[in-house]
Amino acid sequence: MRPLHRKLLRDLWKIKGQAFAISMVIGVGVLMFIMYLSTFHSLQLTMDRYYQEQRFAHVFASLKRAPLSLRSRVEAIEGVAQAELRVVMDVTLDVEGMPEPATGRLVSVPQQRREIVNDIVLSAGRYLAPGRRDEVVISEGFAEAHGLRPGDSVRAVLNGRRRQLEVVGIGLSPEYIYTIRPGEMMPDDARFGIFWMERRALAAAFDMEGGFNDVALLLMPGARPEPVIQQLDPLLEPYGGWGAIPRALQLSHWSVENELKGLQGAGIAIPMVFLAVAAFLLHVVLGRIVAVQREQIATLKAVGYRKREIAAHYTWWSLAVALVGTVIGTTGGGLLAQGMLQMYNAYFRFPALAYRLEPETVATAVLIAAAAAVLGANSAVRKAVRLHPAEAMRPEPPAAYRVSLVERLGLRSLLSQPARIVVRNIERQPLRSLVTITGISLSVAILIVGTFSIDSLDLMMDIQFRLAQRQDVQLNFVEAVSPAGIHALQRLPGVIAAEPVRSVPARIRSGAKSRQLAVTGLPPATELFRVVDVQSLQQVGLPPHGLVVSSSLARVLEVAAGDEVSLEFLVGRRPVRTVRVVQVVAQYMGLSAYMDIDSLRRFMGEGRTLSGGHLRVDSARLGDLLADIKAIPAVAGSGVKGAALEAFNETFAENIGIMIFYNVLFASIIAFGVVYNAARVSLAERSRELASLRVMGFRRKEISAILLGELGVLTLVSLPLGLAAGYGLSTVLVRAFETELYTIPMSASPSTYALCALAVLAATLASGLIVRRKLDHLDLMEVLKSKE
Amino acid sequence: MPQSDRLNDRPAPEEVFKARGLTKVYDMGEVQVHALRGVDFDLFSSEFLVLLGPSGSGKSTLLNILGGLDAPTGGTVSYRDLDLTTADDDLRTEYRRHHVGFVFQFYNLIPSLTAKENVQLVTSVSKDPMDALEALDIVGLSERLNHFPAQMSGGEQQRVAIARAIAKNPDVLLCDEPTGALDIKTGVVVLEAIERINRQLGTTTAVITHNAAVAAMADRVVHLSNGRIASESRNQNKAAASDLRW
Repeated sequence: MRPLHRKLLRDLWKIKGQAFAISMVIGVGVLMFIMYLSTFHSLQLTMDRYYQEQRFAHVFASLKRAPLSLRSRVEAIEGVAQAELRVVMDVTLDVEGMPEPATGRLVSVPQQRREIVNDIVLSAGRYLAPGRRDEVVISEGFAEAHGLRPGDSVRAVLNGRRRQLEVVGIGLSPEYIYTIRPGEMMPDDARFGIFWMERRALAAAFDMEGGFNDVALLLMPGARPEPVIQQLDPLLEPYGGWGAIPRALQLSHWSVENELKGLQGAGIAIPMVFLAVAAFLLHVVLGRIVAVQREQIATLKAVGYRKREIAAHYTWWSLAVALVGTVIGTTGGGLLAQGMLQMYNAYFRFPALAYRLEPETVATAVLIAAAAAVLGANSAVRKAVRLHPAEAMRPEPPAAYRVSLVERLGLRSLLSQPARIVVRNIERQPLRSLVTITGISLSVAILIVGTFSIDSLDLMMDIQFRLAQRQDVQLNFVEAVSPAGIHALQRLPGVIAAEPVRSVPARIRSGAKSRQLAVTGLPPATELFRVVDVQSLQQVGLPPHGLVVSSSLARVLEVAAGDEVSLEFLVGRRPVRTVRVVQVVAQYMGLSAYMDIDSLRRFMGEGRTLSGGHLRVDSARLGDLLADIKAIPAVAGSGVKGAALEAFNETFAENIGIMIFYNVLFASIIAFGVVYNAARVSLAERSRELASLRVMGFRRKEISAILLGELGVLTLVSLPLGLAAGYGLSTVLVRAFETELYTIPMSASPSTYALCALAVLAATLASGLIVRRKLDHLDLMEVLKSKE
Repeated sequence: MPQSDRLNDRPAPEEVFKARGLTKVYDMGEVQVHALRGVDFDLFSSEFLVLLGPSGSGKSTLLNILGGLDAPTGGTVSYRDLDLTTADDDLRTEYRRHHVGFVFQFYNLIPSLTAKENVQLVTSVSKDPMDALEALDIVGLSERLNHFPAQMSGGEQQRVAIARAIAKNPDVLLCDEPTGALDIKTGVVVLEAIERINRQLGTTTAVITHNAAVAAMADRVVHLSNGRIASESRNQNKAAASDLRW
């Protein structure tokens, strides 16, 4: 080993605490990078392969009913490689041990197993046997949620008839990686399952023999979905086609894709914050090292070491710190990513979610960590290179101080002698003080960014379930029912109140922008299901004419109150109407359009029909009600609020707990790294001064107060800045993550702010105490003897 | 690279350094300090020269310029065929790397390296070095190879510094107050080491000191005062370092 390398190692070892603190900051940055991006790659790769192998469709369409003879015309569309004409039906399930009904989506598959579009992967059991009409393959999530295995059975109501479905296999499909019941916020494996059933059996149960109501198209390589959709739509329209959608808008794919984008974004943005802080720290610490070693640098120059050798020596110093960080980060990132993948398994169902850490990801992590190190070292290295050897042999002149601003403002008498030292010192090195403040503020901000989502979710839940969806149970009928339906609902056991809802699938269009959704018709003033503006928290009354749209729909369509949109209804006689948007209402979830129920019925040319209802239920009789609902053939699906909330909390509480643990850990690492290094550098620079004070009779406590007081002042300045930065950063993040389907509000409670500030305060206190110990062991004689 | 080629030539002209009308002005903001005010100076091969003068006389400045650590403000200075006046920083670095051995008043050892490693610091980058152990043996420190500077006395540290300076087999050995921080006993040991190197290896040696007693061991003594050469004398009978007293 060359002597300079030995020097490097020994110098590093001497300040191992500081170096390690910086390594940890870099480590966390690299960890985040590796964790997010390798998870991203693993998911992406798994998804691509899955799609490929199971022939995931490129175009999806639903319709009311069309004859199978249409097949040749569908297959003749240019670009179509394979067409699957299916029967897809949602039914009510009665699962052993669960009081409320679940929804099953029955999807038809061929009797003889062949390679179909959206093919199933069997994870247990077998495929359907020919002629066994009650056999089903069920989705893995549903099976796991209920502990169902091949050989078990599930009761279902198929078109009014109770049937016992025999589970023969457990399966997965690329169409349902993310399985969410229509109209729900979160996946709920217990209450929504996919059932693959033999085509003829399913068709027979729903009088669909010789017909289909769902299309999945696999396209030729390179074929674009839009031209295919343009030809498919007119073909299906006479049969009640709702308009085809490309893969990009398919709910499962859209959700996975959206998550992938989020992972990638986070994997790039978050590590940058950590690496920027690390670069600042290296800048400060290495600057100090070069100052301390100026005579050594001069000596090296005097004996003939070249500029680039000296530059390399100090750059390596920084790179070594980064290298340790990269090793920590890569290892930790790889481990955490596997945990993260496990977490994703709760939402996304893949046949085999294999973790893969691409060498390119590691190489990139090494490169960006090295770049941060070089950047951080830059100014110190340049100082070392520019150092004039003859001058550097002479000791450094005393640091220039001046009377501080506070004192110049005439407040001198307010400051004690030690306080004056503190204030002057902060002012003398404004840049370094700024770096410390920035670092501490950032750690507060990171904490807020990492924790505000709990408050946001609380707020959303509160508004959603306390103000807006106040029903206990919500029901959907298979088809719109006659006015008697509402009375039937009111007569169900335990029902205290019932409100009708008529929702009609439609395409809403403004100019070239359009979306397919369900227009919700509600009575003008509702008590149970209310349209609430989440900004004003006021209920929005539905006017007799015109449309009320959610803010996200208004954004997508680029319309405002007063504009006209066209509504193309997709059922019945498929009327087309031009309607004025009378109000845009701020909402968190989804693309929604509401109108007065009677005005919607008039559009459809119907009487007092309803497609579902919202119920308030006597909680003591909820069980009876649910048991009844399970047996009503006309009910296609139902939702129980308490159950939805419970499922939501179960899924999230655990994950959020883990997330917060890591956020607090990572933010503390930054806070600790910043404060510890700031304190150590000040201690190194001023140990002589502080020792002199001790020699003069100052107590340990008093000199600690001078050094740590400075950090205390900086920390106190940083906290409010950090809180503000956290708020700002979170707001930016919320905007960035806004999608058509949801908007997350930025809301952090005072207790969250307080908690974040306290956590960082604790980390700074810890580093302060460590430095304090060093200070207590200051060797007075040694310090005063040494030249520096 | 004609200039560096010239560096490597070692013909046998007697004159190693030649300075004419050398001036050096330090700009200290509001004041200008004239450290050298026109110095004519020569140093010959294998010569042992002592530069005497009080502090502030300009002797360190002169040594720094000769050693390529600093550039003059005016006048000319050359090392053999190399014009140090016009040499840029890189060229001066190469010059120091291959031809000059420095010994400083405060030893300037790298505290994180042992005695042997401090010497290796130089031998690992020079063209034709002697073995680090040999250099330490010459200064009588074979026993303390693995000690860190903090574990050695001042005299020992200075001898390590000398070993470091001579290990590259330099053309010239430049010593800036080598005994300035030492008591007489250890000072004599250090001077003996320098004397031995000059005698045995024939290394051209310049020692600056404010200690007039040291002058007795020189071939030639140059007195500097206020940035000028005040006088010059030649010792007919050099004293041995061990006979010096102050």
